[in-house]
Amino acid sequence: MNRMEENRTAATLRRLRALIRKEGRQMLRDPSTILMGVFLPVLMLLLFGYGLSLDVRDVPVAIVVESPSPEADNLASGFTLSPYFAPVFVRNMAEAEEMMLARRADCIVHLAGDFGRNAAQGSAQVQILTRGTDANRARLIQVYAQGAVAMWNLRRIDRGLSAAAGPVVIENRLFYNDANDSHYFLVPGLVVIIMTLTGAFLTSMVVAREWERGTFEALFVTPVTSWEILIGKAVPYFCLGMVGFALCVGAAEVLFSVPLRGSLLLLTFGSMIYMLVALGMGLVISAVTRSQFLASQFALLTSFLPATLLSGFLFDLRSMPAAVEMLTHIIPARYYVSFVKTVFLTGNVACVVLESLGILAAMATLLLYLAQAKTRKSLEK
Amino acid sequence: MEETRPVETAVLAKDLAKSFPLGKQGRVQALGGVSLAIARGTLTALVGPDGAGKTTFLRLVTGLLAPEDGTLEVLGLPMPAGAAEIQRRIGYMPQKFGLYEDLSVQENLDLYADLHGVTGEMRKARYEKLLHMTALAPFTGRLAGRLSGGMKQKLGLACTLVRSPELLVLDEPTVGVDPLSRRELWEIVTDLVRDEGLTVLVSTSYLDEAEKCGSVVILREGRIVASGAPETIRALATGSSFVMVPPSGKAARSLQSVLLDRADLCDAVPEGGLVRCVASSKEAAESLVGSGAKPVPPRLEDGFMSVLHADTVRAAPQGLRMEKPFDTAERGEVIAVRGLVRRFGDFTAVDHVDFSVRRGEVFGLLGPNGAGKTTTFRMLCGLLPASGGHLEVAGMNLRSARADARKKLGYVAQKFSLYGDLTVMENLTFFARAYGLNGARRQGRIDWALASFELSPWAGTAAGQLPGGFRQRLAMAAALLHEPEILFLDEPTSGADPLARREFWKRITALSEEGVTIVVTTHFMEEAEYCDHIVIQDAGKILARGTPAEVRALAHQEKGRAATMEDAFIAIVAEGRAGKGAR
Amino acid sequence: MSALFESIRRVAALVKKELILVFKDPRMLRSLLVPPVIQCLVFGYAASFDLNNIPYALRDADNSAPSRELAAAFDGTGIFHRVATVENPAELATLLDEGKILLFIEIGPDFEKSLAAGRPAKVRIATDGRNSNTAATALSYANEIVRSFNEKKNAASGIAQPSAAAVPRVWYNPNLETRWTMVPSLIATLTLLQTLLLASMSVAREREFGTFDQLLVTPLRPAEIMLGKCIPSILIGFVQATLILLVAQLWFGIPFEGTLPPLYLGLFIFLLAGVGMGLFVSSVAVTMQQAMLYSFVLLMPFMLLSGLTTPIENMPDFIRHLTWLNPLRHAIEITRRVYLDGAGIGTLLPEYGALALIALVTLTASSWFFRRKLY
Repeated sequence: MNRMEENRTAATLRRLRALIRKEGRQMLRDPSTILMGVFLPVLMLLLFGYGLSLDVRDVPVAIVVESPSPEADNLASGFTLSPYFAPVFVRNMAEAEEMMLARRADCIVHLAGDFGRNAAQGSAQVQILTRGTDANRARLIQVYAQGAVAMWNLRRIDRGLSAAAGPVVIENRLFYNDANDSHYFLVPGLVVIIMTLTGAFLTSMVVAREWERGTFEALFVTPVTSWEILIGKAVPYFCLGMVGFALCVGAAEVLFSVPLRGSLLLLTFGSMIYMLVALGMGLVISAVTRSQFLASQFALLTSFLPATLLSGFLFDLRSMPAAVEMLTHIIPARYYVSFVKTVFLTGNVACVVLESLGILAAMATLLLYLAQAKTRKSLEK
Repeated sequence: MEETRPVETAVLAKDLAKSFPLGKQGRVQALGGVSLAIARGTLTALVGPDGAGKTTFLRLVTGLLAPEDGTLEVLGLPMPAGAAEIQRRIGYMPQKFGLYEDLSVQENLDLYADLHGVTGEMRKARYEKLLHMTALAPFTGRLAGRLSGGMKQKLGLACTLVRSPELLVLDEPTVGVDPLSRRELWEIVTDLVRDEGLTVLVSTSYLDEAEKCGSVVILREGRIVASGAPETIRALATGSSFVMVPPSGKAARSLQSVLLDRADLCDAVPEGGLVRCVASSKEAAESLVGSGAKPVPPRLEDGFMSVLHADTVRAAPQGLRMEKPFDTAERGEVIAVRGLVRRFGDFTAVDHVDFSVRRGEVFGLLGPNGAGKTTTFRMLCGLLPASGGHLEVAGMNLRSARADARKKLGYVAQKFSLYGDLTVMENLTFFARAYGLNGARRQGRIDWALASFELSPWAGTAAGQLPGGFRQRLAMAAALLHEPEILFLDEPTSGADPLARREFWKRITALSEEGVTIVVTTHFMEEAEYCDHIVIQDAGKILARGTPAEVRALAHQEKGRAATMEDAFIAIVAEGRAGKGAR
Repeated sequence: MSALFESIRRVAALVKKELILVFKDPRMLRSLLVPPVIQCLVFGYAASFDLNNIPYALRDADNSAPSRELAAAFDGTGIFHRVATVENPAELATLLDEGKILLFIEIGPDFEKSLAAGRPAKVRIATDGRNSNTAATALSYANEIVRSFNEKKNAASGIAQPSAAAVPRVWYNPNLETRWTMVPSLIATLTLLQTLLLASMSVAREREFGTFDQLLVTPLRPAEIMLGKCIPSILIGFVQATLILLVAQLWFGIPFEGTLPPLYLGLFIFLLAGVGMGLFVSSVAVTMQQAMLYSFVLLMPFMLLSGLTTPIENMPDFIRHLTWLNPLRHAIEITRRVYLDGAGIGTLLPEYGALALIALVTLTASSWFFRRKLY
């Protein structure tokens, strides 16, 4: 009896090995898979790492000093010294507005002719004009410009030139991201995009491909079970996804020196669970649609788009209307992003880790079970 | 493991029924109560026209579909409950065997060997035998996608046979396979039955293949209409089979076409320059004898055709009339090919080919899989540029006057290649407009097409929903809208049943009588008999050319006995290859 | 002349066929019109850098009337939600770590005293910087509250004003809503996504189903086939763009400042460039799957480097110059400026020019490849 069990296990393992090897070979031989699984992650890493940033630096600002005065010069120098601004000085508002229209300036700081006199009396106004076409950038420019004015006020108080700087002053400290660098969250967050693309988008097509090419019909009439078929499909893409994961983490650490405050082991473990969720989604979509075109459309809409927009990777969940925020609770990427950001930038915070991984594990189980239920060895619809 | 009780019947079906949903309303009955017993150790052929339910039956046997009504036992196990167990024990080669095209021959074999748990010495011995049988040994490293059609089928069979299954199920294993590979494939199967006592269930549309089987089951519209040993089926046509000599100066196909129109004949088909026909009754037989026909012993196909006589009557198409027939008296050269070469990298697919086709001729291009037929064909239609040589179609150089030359030719691809989502009418309208037909002339041609190909009832149906035979009619109709001088057909009868083939060739005969020049490729050697001239091509070179009689004669001298076209073909190709090897 | 006429007729036949294929199949039609609208809605609602809900914790060490007033000012915004009031500063770490709060506001013990003495009274704010952008935004809101608190205090107490007060004003998007930025950009982005896929897939489909050969044996010339594929894609692109424009105006209520001609002129040149790329992809891809994947891989950098989510201005110089090659960048520029600034054709000439050049290059390249692949 024992021997028979052993034989059966050996046969299962042999079949699994054969299926994994077959799927792996097919994966490696298809240029489009490699393009998607390796080239695209590297490209995105480089773009996100070196190209894209939400941080405002060197904003071209037109500073209008209508009549020079020590006070005005002093305030303007605050802009010159700031890393956030690259000021251009002009004499009148018309000129500055022209620069704004021509997109040569993103902000106007207007010091009226009576600025010097008013400042001495403590009743001067600085007009800060920003272009709201890019709302987020405009807001940040505004914050930094106001900050520059506030700094100038403080300097005057220190030198006893001004009575008060407004009674309440904010002293700010940024936790977890001392460098105030958007790469700190963009690069680790990219893991979710890359793993979703490999797990759900690429995988969604591989089962459908076998239906379309008719390769399943022959495969079904062999001793393989549907579990074996699914595992055979999942393992190579699981590995490809983990390669993407390793690329991201490596790049984050080595190229972009994002701190990893939690444990690498935990990060890897959690990512494996998410990879299973992504694979589960891909396999379910594939098994249900049985068509590559439909599967890819479906996978884009249900996995990639939510992973980009509704996961909190790029856009904060707190920005969303309540109804949309509710919707994000069923999106696996949301939990994974929260897990990745915490482990990267905060550390092994038990309650976040346990909650995210618990939910992800439940989702993985459900999806893989569904995938198996939908992949029957039968041609019946 | 529990002892599996030896069962004498491998497959036992009782009132087996299965239907599929069709469109939004209704279902189509694929099988309507089939009762059948297949004994172990036998070779059984399943034959019948398109849509008879052959594939459905095989899929039920393999457990890929579940029976709707009735019972089915396979190897003593009830289906579909025993499906998992059955799938472990049988071998199945689907119609389109799903080879992994991006894996090599060896990797495909390894996959199936691993899946079936064939290991160690057993595996080694098996590989050796299979590779020898299929002659695939030199190609183990080649990607399956790069194999020719015949080699793919053989590899599919090898993958199915990595271990001896208790029951081997083959669904049209030889569609699109040339006679050479076909013969080899069948030798493998018959050897297995003889040496290993395998039970084989095979569906086929080649009646000469069914003739090699122990028993034959004829299905029609989901029901068994006849079954028994080939002799039994053949006997149905005893005393009804005749051959007739066509009047001198007339092609055998013209006589055949006339005979097919006779309601009292079950079949007529050109054979070795004569026309074989099958009478449906004593009176018909007497009248045939009266008109000079000689009785011959019946073939299986004759029996098959008598069983399906009802369908032959229905399927007989109207002749095709062109608005202005081309002048057949003027037998000028319409296609001139001289020194045609096509290379793909280092590989020369077409190697200095010359031939010419005269107006109104039916010209056949034959050759084994991978011989360069398709490449030649694509160059003739202007789908592929030649690497060298001279090519003139309808008096025009395809390179300099492509658009004008195209107005004079029509093309029917091997695979159905009209828009499946458009209706019959929309497809016809689109192609008419693409060919520059406008106004009343367009309407006239479309009406002609609908009438001549009996497509009117289907005008509003999406082309993809048409039954196989009608799709082919539509493809031909679309290719003839602009009244081309030359019609190209690439393997038009591949996978078609004998009834559909008769119907198709009848139309071709009618067209050629209207002066349309026809260029056709085919794997059915008996179909070469419909041609006025044929060339046989292998490895890019032309090995033989001439009228069917002339080509047959080439083999005749070799073998010293009355050769069929297929014998001649195999002899010529084998000789060509041997000669090449010697060099 | 009649040759030209015939050629136009053939192209018209092809265009008609493509349109029939799209419009007769409800699934196809749905798949062309529904995803852009869904994507537009999801982007419009989700793709926002504005914060609606800032959970924060307060430690009020002073517990005086002015400190409670300041706290009330935060609570009164409707955006700041106090989730905890703590005594011990050590609790800060746990709250931030677990992501329960975005801000920790600490009012020092001498708050009231400092105010009375006319010394700056310090409020310490600790921000969760895991998302530096969210942090900066939250901080800007806090700044704004403190600023208005100060103003009120000063006015009430008659204390001298600070030397200068910053008076912010914003052009084109007075409330600084990300949605105003995002949704007009989608007119270009989603249209590109769909046309690129449509153009590349429609050729790949013909190849895969073998209908392409059937087209090639008709008198249709390669250039005519290309035209026949371009025109329907561009027409459908226009329909999709209009649909998104309507959603932006009618659903999101974002006021359209510009006029239609500069917008549609820009879209037309842009669609030409996009269709050119689609046909290019189709001449490289063998199967529909490859066409899909290649289009997708091509789209990603186009989208990332377009200024859709991260501003072009924040990119390093080298990459910023590279974005000149990106048609989507120019198209987004055009849609945003026409939509929000009301820009006219005259001011957008550089963008039109750049797009036209890109379109010329993609169309020439794709027609060369197309021809080469055909014959």
